[in-house]
Amino acid sequence: MTDMPPTEHLDSRSGPSRRSFMGYVIAGATLATGAEMTLGSEPAEAVIPTVPGPAEILDLNDLLTLAAAPTANLITVKIGTDGRASFALPRAEVGQGIITSSTMMIAEELDLPLDKIDVTLAKARPELMFNQLTGGSNTTISTYTPIRVAAALAKQQLLRAAAVVLGDTVDALVAKSGVITGPSGQISYGDLAVRASVTDTVRAQVTLKTRAQHTVIGTPQGRTDARDAVTGKKKFAMDLDVADALPTMVARPPTHNGTPVRLKNEAAVLDLPGVTDVAQVPTGIAVRAKTFGQCIDAIREMDIEWEGGKLAGESDASILAKVKKAQLPMVVPKVPVLTQRVDAEFTFRFRSNSSLEPNCAIADVRAGSAEIWASLKSPVVAQEEIAGELGLPVSKVTVNVAQGGGSFGRKLFHDAALEAARISKAMGKPVRLMWHRVDEPRQGRLHPLATSRVRATHLLGEVLSFEQRHTSVQTDFGHGLGDIITNHAAKLPVAGNLSFAQTIFTLTQEVPYNFGAVTQLLSETDDRFNTGSMRNIYSPDVRTANELVVDELARKMRKDPVAFRRKFLRSSAAKAALDKVAELGEWGRRLPDGVVQGVAIHKEYKGVTACLVELDTRPQTVERDVRNAVTGPRVTKAFFAVDAGLVINPTGLEAQMLGGVMDGIALALTSSCHFEDGHFLEASWDNYFYTRQWNVPPEITVEIMPSDAGQPGGAGEAGVAASFAAIACAYARATGKMPTEFPINHADELAFEPKPFTPSVVQSPTDGLDHTY
Amino acid sequence: MSSHTFVLNGEKVTVDVEPGVRILWVLRDVLGVTGPKYGCGINVCKACTSHINGKAFNPCSVPVSELSADDEITTIEGLADTVDTDLHPMQDAWIEHDVAQCGYCQPGQIMAAVALVNKVKAEGRAIAESDLDGIRNLCRCGTYPRIRQAIRTGEQRM
Repeated sequence: MTDMPPTEHLDSRSGPSRRSFMGYVIAGATLATGAEMTLGSEPAEAVIPTVPGPAEILDLNDLLTLAAAPTANLITVKIGTDGRASFALPRAEVGQGIITSSTMMIAEELDLPLDKIDVTLAKARPELMFNQLTGGSNTTISTYTPIRVAAALAKQQLLRAAAVVLGDTVDALVAKSGVITGPSGQISYGDLAVRASVTDTVRAQVTLKTRAQHTVIGTPQGRTDARDAVTGKKKFAMDLDVADALPTMVARPPTHNGTPVRLKNEAAVLDLPGVTDVAQVPTGIAVRAKTFGQCIDAIREMDIEWEGGKLAGESDASILAKVKKAQLPMVVPKVPVLTQRVDAEFTFRFRSNSSLEPNCAIADVRAGSAEIWASLKSPVVAQEEIAGELGLPVSKVTVNVAQGGGSFGRKLFHDAALEAARISKAMGKPVRLMWHRVDEPRQGRLHPLATSRVRATHLLGEVLSFEQRHTSVQTDFGHGLGDIITNHAAKLPVAGNLSFAQTIFTLTQEVPYNFGAVTQLLSETDDRFNTGSMRNIYSPDVRTANELVVDELARKMRKDPVAFRRKFLRSSAAKAALDKVAELGEWGRRLPDGVVQGVAIHKEYKGVTACLVELDTRPQTVERDVRNAVTGPRVTKAFFAVDAGLVINPTGLEAQMLGGVMDGIALALTSSCHFEDGHFLEASWDNYFYTRQWNVPPEITVEIMPSDAGQPGGAGEAGVAASFAAIACAYARATGKMPTEFPINHADELAFEPKPFTPSVVQSPTDGLDHTY
Repeated sequence: MSSHTFVLNGEKVTVDVEPGVRILWVLRDVLGVTGPKYGCGINVCKACTSHINGKAFNPCSVPVSELSADDEITTIEGLADTVDTDLHPMQDAWIEHDVAQCGYCQPGQIMAAVALVNKVKAEGRAIAESDLDGIRNLCRCGTYPRIRQAIRTGEQRM
């Protein structure tokens, strides 16, 4: 043991100039250091824009970061006798690359190579409460300081221990690659792990590296799990080896949110090959079998009586009519007589936020305890709800967070974990629950159908007012974000008694232009659908509506769309990003008839993005024939600029933007769910047309804008809105009129034959050997 | 229940399972080989793409009874053993371009890419844009641009 570090109380929110923070050296057999998760979450500064909207003063990320203040607890970096550092990240890795970026932050402050750092995902930690929610692109923003403080403190403690062992002063020591060297010799972190530990937890002050001292943060790094991903070793929830957790699937109702009445042929189903158990749960009839294939066979044999539910008989048209009824009126301010007006209304259809990995979870519910394995972005909420459902104390329910095969909003919810717990309890056995693909668009969560009305007025080259009324089928925030709002909405500098959804809308939406009197309001209606966010909540739709109207204003004022945006943009970072894509994409360059450019910007997550696309709408492109596919107009080039503040890993940030552009393409051109007679028609990836290789731009460039920001911004969702909007603007230019519905193909003749609704799952083909290559 | 023998990643295996069970479930649920992923079960998403006798196929759509004792199935776990290097050149290319995001579709993407390059080479030509456009493997993270780059890099080294 070394001498105690200084423990005098210092302000843990010291300014960036001093870069000093308070952390903890934690009692243990080997060195462990910790920091409060709230560290570094300084109150947002008002930026004093000309007409500040709430989102500019305090955006959703400030809220998420502030929300944890009263429930702070420690995250911990540990050093083992093998010289390796370990850290359990209280967030969900679903593909964003946060394990890699967290590893980089630890490597930076600890002076340890990336391959000597093991970052895993923390189990549900109820004491962290709101601080174990992965959402709103907040992970890096909220963990940047605490992770570095814990790592820096570990290095400081190792140096002090080394000074004692080597008989040198700390100042004379150099830590590099896990070895500390001084005039008298050298010693490894592993050999110091016990010596540097303490018997009583103490507070300690530590100074972080300055940005100029960074040698890891800001450098391009490949994913730490890349090798596991390409060799098949990477484990997702369904790949975990949990004893006796046999494959389990659920026969689901033919209508969205219908319910089972009873299984009429239970004995016959139990007699089928491989089947071990059946059980009725609120969402359907579950079957457990030796293989998933036999679960599918069993579901197809089931004779089930269903209740249609609250949406029986409803369709896209009736739901849209209900949404339109809920639209809030415009309140055009008094404007001069000669003022001209642009009025527009857009409809955004239901979309499925399912990842490629379907909803799944392993559950082992015993008499007095339960254990769950699932990819969960809000594991504490899952743990509490499952404990309540099972009638167990929260402490008796262990919730393990598995790596997720994508999320896009879906894993904010714990639908599969709760369902698996119910089934395991009913069967009295461990279950490995997986949703069939068919279940995903039909019973899974959807990004809600919405309309956006925009009215802008202009006179003599100035925009006098810009009003937006966004109206949506209700978005479910029951994953914990709502609780954050409950606790903190009252403290926010936004007006009045806003609902959860309205508060989130107000905190995320911003019209980034000097457009005079600006109002953006949300109203939501209809809580009968399973909904959630989808790689962003409102922004892709809201900003697409905005940017289309911006183009229309420019057209009416006979201004170039880029020049028009430059003139009215408030943020210099947004202007810089716009200029960058205009330069890269050679805005205004000569193109063949039918090939058009579109441009858009977006500001959110403490950053800005700009996108310029070229869209090919020529018949030979639109009418390409790809089997079971939607082709249509193709984005042939995309140029994307992102200013995300301080960048941890440019390689990872670029990946997030590439994915965002692919989502933008799908939202604009190809992917939606059709609701008809109480059910969604889509049931497969050849029905729900997410971007495929034939829709991918052959040329795509992501430019990371230089930033001197001291803090990172959000990245996970930042790529979608500007891409969607730019493609929509290009399409409007190609067709000569603003599209009014997205995706643009929703009203076309269905591009697929809907699969049957009963039985709820489709049988796997048997002709696979006829299609080898 | 019946007995089925085939060669999996270079080793002869025998499983006792009903003949109609698709190979994907035999691999994942019976043999614990989890590289091939489920994404649709109807040969659409291609997440389970593996090789049979060196050609790409989708085990979700082939009953185990279709296999003969000398049929060789290669999953992502066995791909590196088909070459003399530590990893298959396509796997190296994938790491070099940092393709994977969540990684769920990537075993299938890589197996498809290897088969595509082999097919194109057998036709005496190089990978064209239209070949890349024709890949049906779905990636919901949207890693498509890097997949295209990695295939071109892998092609050079195969």
